[in-house]
Amino acid sequence: MKHLLSTADLTREEAISILDIAEEMRESGTRAIKKLPALRGRTVVNLFFEDSTRTRISFEAAAKRLSADVINFSAKGSSVSKGESLKDTAQTLLAIGADAVVIRHPDSGAPARLAATDWIGLPIVNAGDGTHEHPTQALLDAFTLRRQVALRNGTNPAGQGLDGLKVAIVGDILHSRVARSNLWLLNTLGAEVTMVAPPTLLPVGAHSWPCTISYDLDAVIASGVDALMMLRVQGERMNAAYFPNPREYSRYWGLDDARLGQLDSSGAETLIMHPGPMNRGLEISSAAADSPRSTVLDQVTNGVAVRMASLYMLLSGDLI
Amino acid sequence: MNENSAPDVSRTVLTGDDIDRVLTRVAFEIIEANKGTDDLVLLGIPSRGFPLAQRLAQRIAASAPGNLDPAALVGQLDITMYRDDLRHSTTRTPSPTRLPAGGIDGKVVVLVDDVLYSGRTIRAALDALADWGRPRIVRLAVLVDRGHRELPIRADHVGKNLPTAKSEKVRVHLAEIDGTNEVIIEGAA
Repeated sequence: MKHLLSTADLTREEAISILDIAEEMRESGTRAIKKLPALRGRTVVNLFFEDSTRTRISFEAAAKRLSADVINFSAKGSSVSKGESLKDTAQTLLAIGADAVVIRHPDSGAPARLAATDWIGLPIVNAGDGTHEHPTQALLDAFTLRRQVALRNGTNPAGQGLDGLKVAIVGDILHSRVARSNLWLLNTLGAEVTMVAPPTLLPVGAHSWPCTISYDLDAVIASGVDALMMLRVQGERMNAAYFPNPREYSRYWGLDDARLGQLDSSGAETLIMHPGPMNRGLEISSAAADSPRSTVLDQVTNGVAVRMASLYMLLSGDLI
Repeated sequence: MNENSAPDVSRTVLTGDDIDRVLTRVAFEIIEANKGTDDLVLLGIPSRGFPLAQRLAQRIAASAPGNLDPAALVGQLDITMYRDDLRHSTTRTPSPTRLPAGGIDGKVVVLVDDVLYSGRTIRAALDALADWGRPRIVRLAVLVDRGHRELPIRADHVGKNLPTAKSEKVRVHLAEIDGTNEVIIEGAA
């Protein structure tokens, strides 16, 4: 694996081996000395052209747990505001001595551009590009799901896919790179995906995706799913009215207290997932976010393990 | 290099019975060196060190007075993240580390591996061990010592000293992993 740009590029074997390595990485996070020396002396640059809390901190923690040095770059307050191009910024990082670049960019395809050109020739990790992909988020979601199901069944998650699991991805599919990355990865790992959204928040061509599309959240919940992935309503990417008002969105597409009650009374073991940051009261109610079904904080913990596994795979020898 | 490339030969240097006898002797050596089984912990290095550690623990528990549970003596120590060749070799998937319930602080830890060669695996194991605790004593037991050390490391308990050429390969097969028990040397001598 040279770069991690898209979950669509991952084979089932590669995906499972990242999840298996992440399983051991997570274990190392539970011991007294959490640091591993695997990437000692390497430098990872977090190149963030767009705001982020958990992804940047998660990548920083992951790199540091593997003993790599981390340089954090955020576009705000940098020479990017003076008009420096992506190429010049990237080559500056190479000159400083970076060994891998983690990039988040508001434009879809920016990481792929860095990877495809000969500007720097370093391993590139896509940490979210525009509305395209966010592969490490999908990997940590799959990791969380696989681990939770294994815990419930008392089995060992290692080597397993997500075969036969039903996952509903609910909300702002149109603007969501998380939804896209999850769709490809869940599909590769054998899960059945249903996308649930108002028609205005589904992209043109979504019907050609390998998933079922539904406009009725209650029907999907009633059909029984293993996990509900609630997506954030991305106010910052919405420059048109996609739904009449937040109350209506919450009533039809949000995981509110009534729907949580429905889940609890049906006895279903449905997990509630959210990539964060949450808009409490909009796409997810506080009761749902804090319920025992919620894996929100577990996802954050697992995010560090999955990113450690990704950095380890990119910066050590080639797999297969 | 060797120009007269003879066809690869493989010969068995230890049979299953030989391995059994060797492990029994090593188990008694370990008990003798430790003057009993107090504070003893056997940590196998994946993948074949672990079944060897289990076999040694069974022999040690069987010879000790009282009911000693062999499982309480054995653990597995993964060293993947501590290797010095991560950058150059293929990506290795780490294995779990499992320590006995008593931990390793203040214990006598015997590292168990199948083949001692360059010594680099053991160097990595010593580093890994330090991150898990502080044993009182660390010893090393190996099934085969094939020489060609690259670091100042030696084994305390050796099943068999096996003079080899660097061009040869030593393969250890254990029933738990490979289905058979034998040690083979491959390649022209």
